[in-house]
Formats: sequence, structure tokens, C-alpha cells
Amino acid sequence: MTNSVPELADAKVIFIIGSNTTENHPIAAKWIMRAREKGAKIIVADPRWIQMSDLAEIAVQQRLGSDVALINGLMHIILKEGWQDQAYIDARCENFEALKAKVEEYPPDKVAQITGIPAETLRQMAEIYAKNKPASIVYCMGITQHTTGVDNVKSLANLAMITGNVGVASGGVNPLRGQNNVQGACDMGGLPNVFTGYQPVADEAANKKFSEAWGKPLPNKPGLTILEMFNGIDEGKIKALYVVGENPMVTDPDLHHVEAALSKLECFIVQDVFLTQTAKLAHIVLPGTSFAEKDGTFSNTERRVLPVRQAIKPVGESRPDWQITADLSTRVGYPMQYDSPEEIFEEIKKLTPSYAGMSYKRLEEKGLQWPCPTADHPGTVFLHKDRFSRGQGMLHAIDYKPPAEEPDADYPMFLTTGRAFVHYHSGTMTRVSPTLHREMETGYVEISPTDARNLGIKNGERIKVSSRRGEIQIKAKISRKVNRGVVFIPFHFAEAAANMLTNPAYDPTAKIPEYKACAVKVEKLAA
Amino acid sequence: MDFRTVNTTCSYCGCGCGILLEVLDEEVIGSLPVKTHPVSEGSLCIKGWNIHEFIGSDQRLKRPLLRKNGELQPVSWEEAMTAAAAGLKNVVEKYGPDAVAVLASAKVTNEENYLIQKFTRAAIGTNNVDHCARL
Repeated sequence: MTNSVPELADAKVIFIIGSNTTENHPIAAKWIMRAREKGAKIIVADPRWIQMSDLAEIAVQQRLGSDVALINGLMHIILKEGWQDQAYIDARCENFEALKAKVEEYPPDKVAQITGIPAETLRQMAEIYAKNKPASIVYCMGITQHTTGVDNVKSLANLAMITGNVGVASGGVNPLRGQNNVQGACDMGGLPNVFTGYQPVADEAANKKFSEAWGKPLPNKPGLTILEMFNGIDEGKIKALYVVGENPMVTDPDLHHVEAALSKLECFIVQDVFLTQTAKLAHIVLPGTSFAEKDGTFSNTERRVLPVRQAIKPVGESRPDWQITADLSTRVGYPMQYDSPEEIFEEIKKLTPSYAGMSYKRLEEKGLQWPCPTADHPGTVFLHKDRFSRGQGMLHAIDYKPPAEEPDADYPMFLTTGRAFVHYHSGTMTRVSPTLHREMETGYVEISPTDARNLGIKNGERIKVSSRRGEIQIKAKISRKVNRGVVFIPFHFAEAAANMLTNPAYDPTAKIPEYKACAVKVEKLAA
Repeated sequence: MDFRTVNTTCSYCGCGCGILLEVLDEEVIGSLPVKTHPVSEGSLCIKGWNIHEFIGSDQRLKRPLLRKNGELQPVSWEEAMTAAAAGLKNVVEKYGPDAVAVLASAKVTNEENYLIQKFTRAAIGTNNVDHCARL
């Protein structure tokens, strides 16, 4: 997030797009509710009619994958009406003329056709967003999990910048991160192209710094992303895989392909707290511990580094994951010797400027938000104040592109996927929890009343959903949350796995798969 | 009877809410919100309120497993780690370090992610490390 969660309470308008906030980030939603109580206006754009839609000033259900057209359309109206913050654009942004020329190509009538949102509604959205400051944009995987994921995010950044909403309190462009430490895994260099703090492996100075600190020359060619790894395994280029705390056999797109690939590995090690669907295929399974059995830190969605404290001894013979990795490293010939997570954190600080001013002592009370470069720095509540990290804010002229796969005669409906309020990701943690399991025992497919009637499907009936990748049987849930022609499946449930169906086509830059839109066929089971 | 509460951070979504784990005789028996936490300010969602239930689940992995004759069987740490190290070394020797790929985790701590990428880059010698941020 450019800004912090509590700042949401002081926004005058909050534009929520591709985030089912009340179900998936309930505590972030609380701050949005506070803003609403103080009179802030909520705008929601989501292909499903979510709970937030009921609370919004304006809520729209855009056609799946039409976000760039929608945002360009809003900017078109803003610039035509002169609602932009020209002083901000002139002082802090570059490439405005190119953006202006591009959004000129997106008049309301054309955008209404692409998105399914009436032109008059587009105008109201643009006016409310542009005329109330500060305006905060909140988004989630509904924006990113597209073949145009990067375009979608850049478009939101364009919208926020031309209205002068970046680098101000309670404004900004705010992705809500879905995993407790996905921010931290990125910050720590759990990515193929960067060391900690986003220092590129290909950068000569950064590579030299880490090579010297770790006492070994390090490779400078960026590695493979997760989907490229599975393709690499399939092609026989990757022969060993070491997986820590992930369950690609539920969470990756096109699961038939993932399973076929995994069977080709010569060495497959999984480290987890449960025997997941992925672990069941491994050659070696190493029991790690849960967060309750070790010390450490997590970094949340607002870049706040927070303490994790050991509550109980590791269960059974399980071991904290840091000890397992250090032991494995020592055994393959690169000794790692640490007495505590704090000792590791001290090493991280030395190599990572944005974490340099932190310490376990300073994190004790409320954590600290990076960048925090020195021991007396208070941390950074919001980014890009007075100047952008790169200097001037870059505006990008972006064209709308449809999803990689759209409904056709063979697969006439759109499928979109996501989470449900009571479960979490691949379900390994929530589905073993009796209280949460009672709330929702298995998967379902949301289908509109019209489509259900036309197909002769009753509520609760088991039906077949198929795509070019595979098919599943799943319970139908007739719901007005989805429009005609669209179905939704939560992806938590291995026995009715949405990801048997999803399309592994991915964004060319971010390599994120298009979970949010693919073509499917819905049928009754043969009698 | 030994009862304590431990102030820590929730491990579900990215909000990073404060949680007090209630510990009775080395078992986590309950979860409570933290009033002073900057983000959660005394609130938790349904997942946070019930997080202790997965920690103590009887389905937790308690011993290392090694595939023998096609079946995963419980083994000692020594046997599992020896096999893991031999498996990785063998692949590196036969095909080179870029034939190894590692998935770090959005669930484990910063310190653990740091070690995982250090292991991949320094011990194995490849940049093939990623995690599920995209998923």
C-alpha cells in the first residue's frame, strides 16, 4: 500500500475495485466503514455484487477483464470536464500528453459498450472520485490476476495521479495483500530477480554487496517465476523442487498440468505444517512449525513489520522453518549457523536499507513501517510524499485488451474465482478448524437465477463445470451476486477445485495467471 | 496449571492484526484481540478468533516423511535431511544449479524467507526462487 490502513478512515472517497473487502480483509473494511460513518463516499466496481456494493454510493458490475477500459473511461470524463489536478500533474508527473491522447480514445459510449456500465453512471463515478479529496483507491486480486494485471494497476495509478491523490494522507493506491507475510516474502527477496529490499540481482553493485556479505559469488541472471518453474519441470529443465509452506496443487492454475509436471521431478522436498495435496506427492516431507511455535517478524499490507512470538514448543518433532533451512544449507556444503531469528534479523538489517533502522526492541510495541533507514527514523506512514521514489510520477498510456480467453460457442460462460469469508487460500489451515468448517463445509458455484432457470438447475444440485483444462462436479448456489453469463467458484476446496478449470495464461510482465476470467461450460449431470 | 497470554501477529491475511494467544499447559486454547494494535484496534475476523484451532489440529505433521517403495513413511530427522541434501546435491552435480527451483512462502517469517533465498542463491547457486505472491 502507498498509504496505511488506518488512514482509510479519513478519506473523503474510497474507490474499491476488485476487492471483496468485507469478506477477505474484514479488519481493513472496518476502517472503510469508519470513513463512511464520517460521510465518505464509497464507489465499488466488482463483477460480483459484493457486500460493499450494498453500502456504496455507486456500485457497478463491470464485465470481467474490462478494467483498463473502465479506468480510461473515467479519466476521459475527468479530463473533458477539467476535474483533474493540473497543478499536481505539472509539478510532479511526466508523460501527461501521451496519457491524455490515449484516454481521448475512450469516450463514455464506447466504454459503456466494453464494460456494460451505462455512460451516465460512468460520469457519476468520475465526478464523485475526482471532486472529493483525499481519494483512496483500494484494490486486490480482482485487479492483478489478469493477463493485463500490470496494465490494470498502472491505470489505477494514472487515475490517482491525475487527481493529485498520491503522496497525500488518506489517498493513494492501496493493494490489500492476501497473505500475512506476502509483503515480507517480497521484501526479503523471495523473488527471482531481487535480493532483500528489491535490490536487483543483475545490478553489479548489489550483486557484489551480497556476494561479499555471503562469502560466495552469486548468480546475476534473474531466475524463473513460479509458473515458469512448473513449465521448466514439465520440459525437463528443472529436476529438483524445494517447496516451503505452499500448496501449488490447489492454488496454481490448470492443476492437471501441475500434477503431471511434479511427477517428473528427481528430487521433490516439501516443508509444511500439514500433509497438503502437494506434500502427498513429495519424496521428502519436512514438518515445519506454525507461527505460534517460533519467534520472528511478519510484514503486513501497509509495510508494517510486526513481531511474531513463540507461544508453545514445536508440536511433535516439528522444527521452526529457519532451523530446517539452515540445517539443509549446512548439509549441502554452505554452513549456516544462527542461534535465533533475531540474529538473522540483524543480518537482514545490514543488507537492507529500508529495514536498517529496525530492531526487535523497536518493533515490540506497534511495529515499524518501511522505509525505516536509521535507528531514530519513525518509519514511513505513506509513500511518495513531495516526490516519487523514481523522481517524477510516470503516467502510462495504456490500451484495453480483452482477457486471454472469452466465452464462445463451446464454453459460453465466464468463470471468476476468489475466496469466501470463512476460508483461507488452499484451506489447509481453515478446513481443519471445526468452527470454520461448520460455517462452510465444501465448495460451490454461484450462478445467476436466469442462467440456472435456463439450464434447469436447482439450488444445491450437483452440476458439472468444465473448461478447456478440465472438469469438476460441484454444488450449485443460485445467487444474485453474479450477473447472467458469469459464474464464481471459491478456490479453497481441493475436491471441487476451481483451479482444474482456470487458465494459466499470464501477464507478460508480472507473470500472474488469469484466475479472474476464463471460459467455462455449465451443465446438469447426466441423470 | 500454567496459563499465559502471548501477544503476536495473526497469520491469515495481510492486515497483520494483533492476537493474544491463550496458552494453557503448552496448548493454545483461545485467541483474543489486542486493543492497542495499530491496525486491528481490538477487532478480529472470524478466522482470527478461531486461529488456535488449526495450531492444535491433530492433522499437524509431527514427523519427517520419506518415500520408500512408493509410500511416504515416518523417518528420523537425520534420515530425512540426509536424503534431502543428497537429492539436491545430486541434481546440482548432474544438471547444474539452475535445475533446482525453490518456493519461499508468504506464510513463514521474514527471517525464514531471508534464509530460503540466501540458501537458493548462495548454497545452490541459482536465482530460481519465487513464492505465491502472484497466486
